[in-house]
Amino acid sequence: MTDTKAIPCSEAVGQLWDYLDHAISPEDQEKVEKHLSFCRTCCGELEFAKEMRAFLATSSAEEIPSHVKERLERFMEGL
Amino acid sequence: MHAGSVIDMSEAGVRDRTKEAFQELVLAELPALYSLARRLVRDGAEDLVQEALLQAFRAFGTLKEDAAAGRWLKTILVNVFRDQLRKRSRTVDERPMGDLSDFSLYRTLVDEDPFPYSDTLHADFLRVFDSEDLREVLIRLPDIYRVPLVLRYIDGFATKEIARLMEAPLGTTLARLHRGRRLFEREMWAYAQEAGLLTKES
Repeated sequence: MTDTKAIPCSEAVGQLWDYLDHAISPEDQEKVEKHLSFCRTCCGELEFAKEMRAFLATSSAEEIPSHVKERLERFMEGL
Repeated sequence: MHAGSVIDMSEAGVRDRTKEAFQELVLAELPALYSLARRLVRDGAEDLVQEALLQAFRAFGTLKEDAAAGRWLKTILVNVFRDQLRKRSRTVDERPMGDLSDFSLYRTLVDEDPFPYSDTLHADFLRVFDSEDLREVLIRLPDIYRVPLVLRYIDGFATKEIARLMEAPLGTTLARLHRGRRLFEREMWAYAQEAGLLTKES
Protein backbone atom coordinates (compact mmCIF):
# COMPACT_ATOMS: atom_id res chain seq x y z
CA MET A 1 0.00 0.00 0.00
CA THR A 2 1.31 3.45 -0.86
CA ASP A 3 2.28 5.62 2.09
CA THR A 4 0.71 8.99 1.38
CA LYS A 5 1.23 10.36 4.86
CA ALA A 6 1.30 14.16 4.76
CA ILE A 7 4.76 15.68 4.42
CA PRO A 8 5.81 19.06 5.89
CA CYS A 9 6.45 22.13 3.69
CA SER A 10 10.23 21.81 4.10
CA GLU A 11 10.17 18.32 2.61
CA ALA A 12 7.76 19.27 -0.20
CA VAL A 13 9.79 22.36 -1.16
CA GLY A 14 13.01 20.37 -1.06
CA GLN A 15 11.60 18.02 -3.70
CA LEU A 16 9.90 20.48 -6.06
CA TRP A 17 12.65 20.69 -8.70
CA ASP A 18 13.11 16.92 -8.66
CA TYR A 19 9.34 16.64 -8.90
CA LEU A 20 9.36 18.85 -12.01
CA ASP A 21 12.26 16.76 -13.36
CA HIS A 22 10.28 13.54 -12.72
CA ALA A 23 13.32 12.48 -10.74
CA ILE A 24 11.54 11.23 -7.63
CA SER A 25 9.76 7.95 -6.98
CA PRO A 26 6.03 7.65 -7.77
CA GLU A 27 5.44 7.41 -4.01
CA ASP A 28 7.26 10.70 -3.34
CA GLN A 29 5.52 12.25 -6.35
CA GLU A 30 2.19 11.34 -4.79
CA LYS A 31 3.24 12.82 -1.43
CA VAL A 32 4.30 16.10 -3.06
CA GLU A 33 1.03 16.29 -5.00
CA LYS A 34 -0.99 15.59 -1.88
CA HIS A 35 0.87 18.34 -0.06
CA LEU A 36 0.33 20.77 -2.96
CA SER A 37 -3.39 20.00 -2.93
CA PHE A 38 -3.80 21.79 0.40
CA CYS A 39 -0.76 24.11 0.72
CA ARG A 40 -1.05 27.45 -1.07
CA THR A 41 2.45 28.58 -0.10
CA CYS A 42 4.04 25.51 -1.65
CA CYS A 43 1.92 25.99 -4.80
CA GLY A 44 3.54 29.45 -4.97
CA GLU A 45 6.94 27.81 -4.50
CA LEU A 46 6.12 25.44 -7.36
CA GLU A 47 5.13 28.30 -9.69
CA PHE A 48 8.32 30.16 -8.80
CA ALA A 49 10.39 27.02 -9.44
CA LYS A 50 8.83 26.84 -12.92
CA GLU A 51 9.59 30.53 -13.55
CA MET A 52 13.16 30.10 -12.36
CA ARG A 53 13.70 27.10 -14.62
CA ALA A 54 12.27 28.98 -17.60
CA PHE A 55 14.54 31.94 -16.76
CA LEU A 56 17.62 29.69 -16.70
CA ALA A 57 16.62 27.74 -19.81
CA THR A 58 16.32 30.92 -21.87
CA SER A 59 19.76 32.16 -20.80
CA SER A 60 21.87 29.67 -22.74
CA ALA A 61 23.43 31.74 -25.53
CA GLU A 62 24.66 35.28 -25.11
CA GLU A 63 26.18 37.32 -27.87
CA ILE A 64 29.83 36.70 -28.48
CA PRO A 65 32.02 39.84 -28.52
CA SER A 66 33.40 40.52 -31.99
CA HIS A 67 37.06 40.45 -30.89
CA VAL A 68 36.55 36.99 -29.33
CA LYS A 69 34.76 35.74 -32.42
CA GLU A 70 37.56 37.03 -34.64
CA ARG A 71 40.22 35.39 -32.47
CA LEU A 72 38.43 32.03 -32.57
CA GLU A 73 37.86 32.29 -36.32
CA ARG A 74 41.56 32.98 -36.83
CA PHE A 75 42.35 29.99 -34.65
CA MET A 76 40.11 27.73 -36.75
CA GLU A 77 41.69 29.08 -39.92
CA GLY A 78 45.05 27.86 -38.60
CA LEU A 79 43.89 24.35 -37.73
CA MET B 1 41.11 11.39 -28.08
CA HIS B 2 42.29 10.14 -31.46
CA ALA B 3 42.53 12.26 -34.55
CA GLY B 4 39.45 11.53 -36.61
CA SER B 5 39.75 11.58 -40.35
CA VAL B 6 36.86 9.31 -41.24
CA ILE B 7 34.89 10.68 -44.14
CA ASP B 8 31.49 9.08 -44.44
CA MET B 9 29.07 10.80 -46.75
CA SER B 10 26.69 7.88 -46.95
CA GLU B 11 24.86 8.68 -43.71
CA ALA B 12 22.03 11.19 -43.77
CA GLY B 13 22.93 14.56 -42.34
CA VAL B 14 26.65 14.00 -42.65
CA ARG B 15 28.64 16.11 -45.05
CA ASP B 16 32.36 15.98 -45.52
CA ARG B 17 34.77 16.33 -42.63
CA THR B 18 37.00 19.07 -43.99
CA LYS B 19 38.29 22.09 -42.15
CA GLU B 20 35.80 24.25 -44.04
CA ALA B 21 32.90 22.03 -43.00
CA PHE B 22 34.16 22.18 -39.40
CA GLN B 23 34.37 25.97 -39.47
CA GLU B 24 30.90 26.26 -40.91
CA LEU B 25 29.39 23.96 -38.28
CA VAL B 26 31.24 25.58 -35.38
CA LEU B 27 30.49 29.15 -36.36
CA ALA B 28 26.80 28.78 -35.60
CA GLU B 29 27.60 27.22 -32.23
CA LEU B 30 30.21 29.72 -31.06
CA PRO B 31 27.87 31.98 -29.01
CA ALA B 32 26.44 29.02 -27.07
CA LEU B 33 29.88 27.50 -26.61
CA TYR B 34 31.43 30.75 -25.41
CA SER B 35 28.48 31.40 -23.09
CA LEU B 36 28.88 27.96 -21.53
CA ALA B 37 32.63 28.53 -21.09
CA ARG B 38 31.97 31.86 -19.36
CA ARG B 39 29.67 30.15 -16.89
CA LEU B 40 32.22 27.47 -16.16
CA VAL B 41 35.26 29.70 -15.61
CA ARG B 42 35.70 33.19 -14.24
CA ASP B 43 38.70 33.90 -16.48
CA GLY B 44 40.00 32.19 -19.58
CA ALA B 45 36.74 31.37 -21.36
CA GLU B 46 38.34 32.06 -24.75
CA ASP B 47 41.21 29.69 -24.02
CA LEU B 48 38.78 27.03 -22.91
CA VAL B 49 36.76 27.35 -26.12
CA GLN B 50 39.96 27.31 -28.18
CA GLU B 51 41.20 24.10 -26.56
CA ALA B 52 37.75 22.54 -27.05
CA LEU B 53 37.80 23.51 -30.75
CA LEU B 54 41.22 21.94 -31.17
CA GLN B 55 40.07 18.68 -29.62
CA ALA B 56 36.80 18.80 -31.54
CA PHE B 57 38.62 19.23 -34.85
CA ARG B 58 40.86 16.26 -34.08
CA ALA B 59 37.77 14.18 -33.35
CA PHE B 60 35.62 15.65 -36.14
CA GLY B 61 35.31 12.26 -37.81
CA THR B 62 33.47 10.88 -34.80
CA LEU B 63 30.59 13.36 -35.13
CA LYS B 64 27.73 11.23 -36.39
CA GLU B 65 25.26 13.91 -37.46
CA ASP B 66 25.74 17.58 -38.19
CA ALA B 67 22.54 18.34 -36.27
CA ALA B 68 24.21 17.04 -33.09
CA ALA B 69 27.17 19.41 -33.43
CA GLY B 70 26.03 21.79 -30.68
CA ARG B 71 25.72 19.14 -27.99
CA TRP B 72 28.87 17.37 -29.23
CA LEU B 73 30.93 20.55 -28.96
CA LYS B 74 29.57 21.38 -25.50
CA THR B 75 30.38 17.86 -24.31
CA ILE B 76 33.97 18.24 -25.52
CA LEU B 77 34.22 21.64 -23.83
CA VAL B 78 32.99 20.19 -20.52
CA ASN B 79 35.52 17.35 -20.81
CA VAL B 80 38.34 19.86 -21.35
CA PHE B 81 37.10 21.91 -18.41
CA ARG B 82 36.91 18.83 -16.16
CA ASP B 83 40.47 17.82 -17.07
CA GLN B 84 41.73 21.35 -16.35
CA LEU B 85 39.89 21.33 -13.03
CA ARG B 86 41.50 18.06 -12.08
CA LYS B 87 44.98 19.32 -12.93
CA ARG B 88 44.43 22.51 -10.98
CA SER B 89 43.23 20.93 -7.80
CA ARG B 90 43.40 17.35 -6.58
CA THR B 91 40.83 17.98 -3.89
CA VAL B 92 37.18 18.75 -4.48
CA ASP B 93 36.16 22.17 -3.20
CA GLU B 94 33.64 21.19 -0.56
CA ARG B 95 33.98 24.40 1.46
CA PRO B 96 31.01 24.96 3.72
CA MET B 97 28.48 27.43 2.38
CA GLY B 98 26.50 27.86 5.56
CA ASP B 99 23.19 26.36 6.54
CA LEU B 100 20.85 26.42 3.58
CA SER B 101 18.12 24.22 4.91
CA ASP B 102 15.81 27.05 5.85
CA PHE B 103 16.42 29.45 2.97
CA SER B 104 13.62 29.94 0.46
CA LEU B 105 13.96 32.69 -2.13
CA TYR B 106 10.22 32.50 -2.74
CA ARG B 107 9.43 33.19 0.93
CA THR B 108 12.23 35.76 1.26
CA LEU B 109 10.68 37.77 -1.60
CA VAL B 110 7.23 37.57 -0.01
CA ASP B 111 8.62 38.65 3.37
CA GLU B 112 10.94 41.40 2.13
CA ASP B 113 8.59 42.56 -0.65
CA PRO B 114 11.23 44.45 -2.68
CA PHE B 115 8.65 45.68 -5.24
CA PRO B 116 5.64 46.74 -3.16
CA TYR B 117 3.56 47.80 -6.15
CA SER B 118 4.12 44.63 -8.11
CA ASP B 119 1.44 42.01 -8.73
CA THR B 120 4.08 39.69 -10.14
CA LEU B 121 6.76 39.98 -7.48
CA HIS B 122 8.66 36.78 -8.21
CA ALA B 123 8.71 37.20 -11.98
CA ASP B 124 9.80 40.84 -11.54
CA PHE B 125 12.67 39.73 -9.34
CA LEU B 126 13.95 37.44 -12.11
CA ARG B 127 13.53 40.19 -14.69
CA VAL B 128 16.05 42.49 -12.97
CA PHE B 129 18.83 39.98 -13.71
CA ASP B 130 20.52 40.40 -17.08
CA SER B 131 22.90 37.77 -18.41
CA GLU B 132 25.93 39.40 -16.74
CA ASP B 133 24.16 39.45 -13.37
CA LEU B 134 23.25 35.80 -13.79
CA ARG B 135 26.84 34.95 -14.60
CA GLU B 136 28.09 36.85 -11.55
CA VAL B 137 25.80 34.83 -9.31
CA LEU B 138 26.80 31.54 -10.90
CA ILE B 139 30.50 32.25 -10.77
CA ARG B 140 30.26 32.81 -6.99
CA LEU B 141 29.26 29.19 -6.50
CA PRO B 142 31.90 26.50 -5.94
CA ASP B 143 32.59 24.43 -9.08
CA ILE B 144 30.96 21.29 -7.71
CA TYR B 145 27.63 23.07 -7.40
CA ARG B 146 27.88 25.48 -10.33
CA VAL B 147 28.78 22.96 -13.02
CA PRO B 148 25.82 20.58 -12.55
CA LEU B 149 23.45 23.54 -12.21
CA VAL B 150 24.65 25.18 -15.43
CA LEU B 151 24.66 21.95 -17.40
CA ARG B 152 21.26 20.78 -16.17
CA TYR B 153 19.17 23.93 -16.16
CA ILE B 154 20.83 26.25 -18.65
CA ASP B 155 22.29 23.85 -21.19
CA GLY B 156 19.74 21.05 -20.77
CA PHE B 157 22.00 18.07 -20.10
CA ALA B 158 20.37 15.07 -18.40
CA THR B 159 21.47 14.41 -14.83
CA LYS B 160 22.93 11.01 -15.81
CA GLU B 161 24.98 12.66 -18.54
CA ILE B 162 26.30 15.25 -16.06
CA ALA B 163 27.30 12.49 -13.65
CA ARG B 164 29.17 10.74 -16.47
CA LEU B 165 30.85 13.94 -17.69
CA MET B 166 31.96 14.97 -14.20
CA GLU B 167 32.86 11.37 -13.29
CA ALA B 168 30.75 11.52 -10.14
CA PRO B 169 28.16 8.99 -8.92
CA LEU B 170 24.55 9.80 -9.85
CA GLY B 171 23.53 10.16 -6.20
CA THR B 172 26.34 12.63 -5.58
CA THR B 173 25.36 14.61 -8.67
CA LEU B 174 21.72 14.75 -7.55
CA ALA B 175 22.77 15.90 -4.06
CA ARG B 176 25.01 18.60 -5.56
CA LEU B 177 22.18 19.78 -7.82
CA HIS B 178 19.89 19.95 -4.83
CA ARG B 179 22.34 21.94 -2.72
CA GLY B 180 23.42 24.00 -5.72
CA ARG B 181 19.86 25.20 -6.35
CA ARG B 182 19.49 26.39 -2.77
CA LEU B 183 22.88 28.03 -2.86
CA PHE B 184 22.12 29.68 -6.19
CA GLU B 185 18.87 31.16 -4.87
CA ARG B 186 20.57 32.45 -1.74
CA GLU B 187 23.33 34.05 -3.83
CA MET B 188 20.74 35.57 -6.18
CA TRP B 189 19.13 37.33 -3.24
CA ALA B 190 22.48 38.46 -1.80
CA TYR B 191 23.72 39.67 -5.21
CA ALA B 192 20.48 41.55 -5.98
CA GLN B 193 20.91 43.51 -2.78
CA GLU B 194 24.64 44.14 -3.18
CA ALA B 195 24.37 45.19 -6.83
CA GLY B 196 21.42 47.49 -6.17
CA LEU B 197 19.14 45.56 -8.52
CA LEU B 198 16.17 45.91 -6.20
CA THR B 199 16.21 49.68 -6.06
CA LYS B 200 15.87 50.07 -9.83
CA GLU B 201 12.22 49.04 -9.84
CA SER B 202 11.05 50.50 -6.56
